[in-house]
Amino acid sequence: MDKTQNNKAWFLVIPVLVLVAFSAVLPLMTVVNYSVNDTFGDNQFFWAGLEWFEEMITSSRLHEALGRQIAFSAIILAIEVPLGIYIALNMPKSGVWASFCLVLMALPLLIPFNVVGTIWQIFGRVDIGLLGHTLAALGIDYNYTNDAVDAWVTVIVMDVWHWTSLVALLCYAGLQSIPQAYYQAARVDQASRWSVFRYIELPKMQGVLLIAVLLRFMDSFMIYTEPFVVTGGGPGNSTTFLSIDLVKMAIGQFDLGPAAAFSIMYFLVILLVSWVFYTVMTTLDKSEGK
Amino acid sequence: MAQITLSNLAHSYLAHPKDEGDFALKSMDHVWQDGGAYALLGSSGCGKTTLLNIISGLLRPSQGRVLFGDRDVTDAETTARNIAQVFQFPVVYDTMTVRENLAFPLKNRGMDPAYIQARVAQIAAMIGMEATLDRKARGLTADAKQKISLGRGMVRQDVNAILFDEPLTVIDPHMKWELRTQLKQLHRQFGHTMIYVTHDQTEALTFADKVVVMYDGRVVQMGTPEELFETPQHTFVGYFIGSPGMNLMDAKIDGTCAHLQGAQVPLGAAYGPITGRAQIGIRPEYITLTSGDGLPATIRRVEDVGRHRIVRADVAGQTINIIAPEGMAIGADMTHVRFSPDRINVYADDWRVTPAGAAT
Repeated sequence: MDKTQNNKAWFLVIPVLVLVAFSAVLPLMTVVNYSVNDTFGDNQFFWAGLEWFEEMITSSRLHEALGRQIAFSAIILAIEVPLGIYIALNMPKSGVWASFCLVLMALPLLIPFNVVGTIWQIFGRVDIGLLGHTLAALGIDYNYTNDAVDAWVTVIVMDVWHWTSLVALLCYAGLQSIPQAYYQAARVDQASRWSVFRYIELPKMQGVLLIAVLLRFMDSFMIYTEPFVVTGGGPGNSTTFLSIDLVKMAIGQFDLGPAAAFSIMYFLVILLVSWVFYTVMTTLDKSEGK
Repeated sequence: MAQITLSNLAHSYLAHPKDEGDFALKSMDHVWQDGGAYALLGSSGCGKTTLLNIISGLLRPSQGRVLFGDRDVTDAETTARNIAQVFQFPVVYDTMTVRENLAFPLKNRGMDPAYIQARVAQIAAMIGMEATLDRKARGLTADAKQKISLGRGMVRQDVNAILFDEPLTVIDPHMKWELRTQLKQLHRQFGHTMIYVTHDQTEALTFADKVVVMYDGRVVQMGTPEELFETPQHTFVGYFIGSPGMNLMDAKIDGTCAHLQGAQVPLGAAYGPITGRAQIGIRPEYITLTSGDGLPATIRRVEDVGRHRIVRADVAGQTINIIAPEGMAIGADMTHVRFSPDRINVYADDWRVTPAGAAT
């Protein structure tokens, strides 16, 4: 049978294109506009070409912020993914306690970002905070406002507290979909606990783990509110991640041109890394099917 | 390999069962001979899988003991019992190759690699998957996956028993027959005790030396296919086995005669007084259509199923099935039916009554 060619259906895409144009493309274009011009306000623009991009690419300030950002994302992924899997494996499978655990796990996810920041900012204070005061009483020298390592530890623990639940809940959902017969067969086959994890649980969790890693990577790479509330990017610049640096540059110093160039590169980096993640993990999946 | 003894065994899924109705498995005592091929037959929800899981140790019975040989294994883990089990739906390890899947139970028990390789090759040949041995199990069809499950169940030679839980449900009919034949062959070759759960009577009767029929959490009969056919111990066995099943008719039993509604049927033996609901049971194969001899009958419908015909007829106020040979003419003159007296079984409250003496 011959297929009828009719491309008129493409017109149906127009409403979506218009919507996306107004919601995403046009605002992005204003950023592009800023990035290639110099402006002193008053809507006066002077063509700058790729100057801001060149300046940003060679800026050591940006390099340092990027380095910190990569370190932060790597550390929280390295903690949250295994910890989330571990928690999911140990959660009760059914009954009242399963519901209780689910609610408990979901709680941190429901708290607004700046409230999380405020909670930890107060929690960690040496004078009145429960954590900070306890540590001080135990004789441990802890002060996130003037020690870079303490500040990093605080920000990372906070993120782990806030987001491990997400990984755990996604993994839990993946685990729940495994039929009981698999575990029974493994018992009959005398599989070790590790084998059950490696050959039954992990393969079944693979799909949700991909999503969990992607979400956590993107979110952590764009993190702003929580560290800003707790440390304000300090002490010094030690917890100034990309977003915090960007806001400082754009709003603090009103360097709109460099900030716009920065934004675009930032966006492209996230897009690129997410794409690489996704491609690598899905092709891994496919090659295993062969 | 060992003889399996179930002693005073019962199971309830409730923590505090109150009466008999709360038990998924009612109290039973049975001995399963070493090296026997058994089929557990029954309708869905009658406790077949529960019994199987108790034998394999996936489930601990609420009461009673399970013995393998002389060893009490009631509290022993599945691994300690050294049994193999194949489940209703295919269980394969997705990320492993077919070869690794088959080798898995052997590897976990620390077998010699050379032995594993030889054994896997043997099993692969049996299930016809030599060509796909190095493929990942993930992308295979349900048929192929179930064959791997079967292979994994049979790969160990030293098991006490191999348990099959409706393993051929997902396999297509042609392959089903072939695999069943192979299982049977394997049984003859190695003499493992095999227990095969199914709700398909053909499967049960062709596979097993002994068929165990379960009904409502109880084993109602354990016997050879012939015994189940000729002398069903329970009315359930009568109508569950056979196609169509046994005809059951309410009757009043008086010595060597059964009184149906307005008719008498001679019996092949003499029976004592019967308490409870009395019924006679006769298989459609043992009823003949006649033109004057026996009980009056009205034919309602004739179905030709190829090798014979099934006649539905009203006799003594009840509808019964009769099997008529293919060549026989069924005309308007067929107004009566004759029951073969010595093929009639008598039931009291669904259980078979043993004759008190020979017919006089």
